[in-house]
Amino acid sequence: MKEKKLSKFLVDNILYICLILMIVIIAVISPSFVSVRVLSDVLIQSAPKILLAMGMLVVIVAGGMDMTVGRLAGLGAVISGTLAQQSTYYLKFWPGLPELPIIVPILVSILVGMIMGAITGTIISKLKVPAFLAGVGLQLIIYGANLLLLKKAPNNSQPLAGYTESFTKFGTGAIFGINYLIIVAVAVMVLAYVILNKTTLGRNIYATGGNREAAKVAGINVYRIDLFVYMFCAALAALAGCMLAARTGSANASYAEGYEMDAIASCIIGGASFTGGIGNVPGAFLGVIIFSVISYGLTFVGLSSYWQNIAKGVIIIVAVALDMRKYATQK
Amino acid sequence: MSNSEYILEAVGLSKSFPGVKALDKVSLRVRPGTVHALMGENGAGKSTLMKCIYGMYSPDEGTISIDGKQVKIENPRNAMDQGIAMIHQELHPVRPQMVCENIFLGRIPYKKAAGVRWVDTKTLINETKQIFDRLGLDINPKQKVGELSTSYCQLVEIARAVSIGARVIIMDEPTSSLTETETEILFRIIGQLKSENVAIIYISHKIDEILQISDEITVMRDGKLVGTWPACEMTTDAIVSKMVGREMNDRFPPKSHTPGETILEVEGLTSPNPHSFQDVSFRVRRGEIFGIGGLVGSQRSELMEAIFGLRGVEKGTIRINGEEVKIHEPSDAISHGMALLTEDRRKTGILGPLSITDNTCVVEQNLNKSRYKAGIFLDQKKRNEDAQKYVDRLSTKTPSLKTTISTLSGGNQQKVLLGRWLLSEPDILILDEPTRGIDVGAKYEIYELMEELARNGKCVIMISSEMPELMGMSDRIMVMCEGHKSGILEGDEVSDERIMLLASTYESVREEVK
Repeated sequence: MKEKKLSKFLVDNILYICLILMIVIIAVISPSFVSVRVLSDVLIQSAPKILLAMGMLVVIVAGGMDMTVGRLAGLGAVISGTLAQQSTYYLKFWPGLPELPIIVPILVSILVGMIMGAITGTIISKLKVPAFLAGVGLQLIIYGANLLLLKKAPNNSQPLAGYTESFTKFGTGAIFGINYLIIVAVAVMVLAYVILNKTTLGRNIYATGGNREAAKVAGINVYRIDLFVYMFCAALAALAGCMLAARTGSANASYAEGYEMDAIASCIIGGASFTGGIGNVPGAFLGVIIFSVISYGLTFVGLSSYWQNIAKGVIIIVAVALDMRKYATQK
Repeated sequence: MSNSEYILEAVGLSKSFPGVKALDKVSLRVRPGTVHALMGENGAGKSTLMKCIYGMYSPDEGTISIDGKQVKIENPRNAMDQGIAMIHQELHPVRPQMVCENIFLGRIPYKKAAGVRWVDTKTLINETKQIFDRLGLDINPKQKVGELSTSYCQLVEIARAVSIGARVIIMDEPTSSLTETETEILFRIIGQLKSENVAIIYISHKIDEILQISDEITVMRDGKLVGTWPACEMTTDAIVSKMVGREMNDRFPPKSHTPGETILEVEGLTSPNPHSFQDVSFRVRRGEIFGIGGLVGSQRSELMEAIFGLRGVEKGTIRINGEEVKIHEPSDAISHGMALLTEDRRKTGILGPLSITDNTCVVEQNLNKSRYKAGIFLDQKKRNEDAQKYVDRLSTKTPSLKTTISTLSGGNQQKVLLGRWLLSEPDILILDEPTRGIDVGAKYEIYELMEELARNGKCVIMISSEMPELMGMSDRIMVMCEGHKSGILEGDEVSDERIMLLASTYESVREEVK
């Protein structure tokens, strides 16, 4: 009986155990890993990915999938970058544009993201294009549009640079020692948690993902739900793009390439289910952190970055396989 | 050959799940060449017992013997090797494949050439034909399974069981989605199997059917064995009282409601699809139970779904309390005081992975003046209170409000769904096959609830394929045939024969015949 309890505990908390185990192993090899600076670096690196994962979580809970978020973050990075340049920068993207307050580039990116999200949601919900394929198609369109935008003279496909002080500060500054990006990520997590758990909209999202046809019968307008989740997800993706641009002080069209896969994987190893109706904010957060610890930690102990891919792949498969056992042992 | 009079002998099987003892020392003895009916309310442990025998669960204690020899069955593969096959309630055929491929799934005959196993299509089709001939089935082995009706899929499954050489075939509610003609075909095949000395374990809620075809009846209740009797000694009332553990003299509650003024008027409702409902008109009053009868394909459910805004309407009007209403989507219907309990619980009813609370409150939380609105937030406390209220009122059996609905038995799921609609306090309740796949006890409770609703001046519209239920509960019965209203019966006009006649013909056809 005792043995059973222990194995149940292990299976139930496998994610936490994995995370702690990884940190312990890395710390043994390289003790300086466990320091405030390093851990805060891990969090800062994770911040944009947390936004993507939160958006993706809401979509997955509603029974969908948004493959466009990586490219959308790239577009968000470029759009905000073009609007956040100093007026004196020699390669200014919009010559003659005055220096704008920091809120403008961020809001414009988010707005573009929301429009794209509305398009994605409508294509999937009304035209009944499977979410995966709609996403693959839109990915190409967004990437192409982004490249065209960057090609505009006088920029001629150069990476963007020369940001205003306030925009750079958004990416690197801190208040009370806490980086702005971490604050944004925490705020977004709280927002996602509140929407999913405390509002009618959130319960309707679970209901729609849990059984779309039954949700319709119960009087839920499922198109409206789809529209919301894809717009929410896309807006967060664009904001994540702003964060990337501000933190790196640059931007080009291949920013955040492939991040949609990380976001999906984070949600799934955090307990969300592709069948919809299942998933939670703490789980998805943990998923992101596990990936960040792997990439940061392996670099920290001096392993080639190629190993990160292998480690990530192994983690995804092991975590999901163990998660499946949770349901299997109920038999 | 065999030194035992039983082909299958399960002795003292027990199985516990966290918190419940699903099986408590249950024994089942099945003779070759007989139909052994297994009966009991939902949650009585029938499915658990079958899953233990079929190797999907491992029992905590007890033994299983085949031909008097004790065997160990750890998975369905073992069960099949021992000659046990199971026809599931929900079928999982490989739809795009041909019938013959489904029958030989996993053991397709092949010819070896150049080191590669090539499918031997000729043998495949011939052997399938042989099995079909033996069973007297008229199915083309090359047809795609996806093109077959549910009943034929079921027959293909049975043929598959026969082809494996099964000597015990477990059928879990095989007739729940079959029409009467299809049921007759199934019974003919069961007779054929009996004559070949195959034993059949037959699970069903339809007592008439069981009395018709079974040789022995085993009744279970609350995970325990009640007893096994020869079918010829049993009557409907005896079975029912053994299943519920009390005498049941009345299968329907006494009528205590009186219809009042008209509330719902439907006139000339026509579907854009020419094969669906055409020009249907009827009126329903407050305090009335209005039955709708008809065969499968009579488009009754489609008609109700259209009234509820789930399907398009080409022409026709709907009036509620004398006022014409436009219903484009279910939320319109709900705001006009309508509720629809759909026919297919799993597909369009339950929110599978969600809790009892979420399932109960999903309609109410979307009303314009929902009780749960607290600013932009949801009042979780009120939701839980409401969910608890309806769990108590309908005596739903569930471990907690947080329990995932898909883990409850069919009857309890149905009660949660009823609670969902009652919570929104509708005036017009449309119940589509409200007691399908539900045990006798829960059925009676649902009948009582319908009676109570009608007594309180609600209008209850019930689609039902069960003749006794239709006749026992309804004040008036509208019968449909191929999308047309073929008549409305009331009082003395109601009889089995008249309903059947109307269900198979509608007026214009009848006139042509004259």
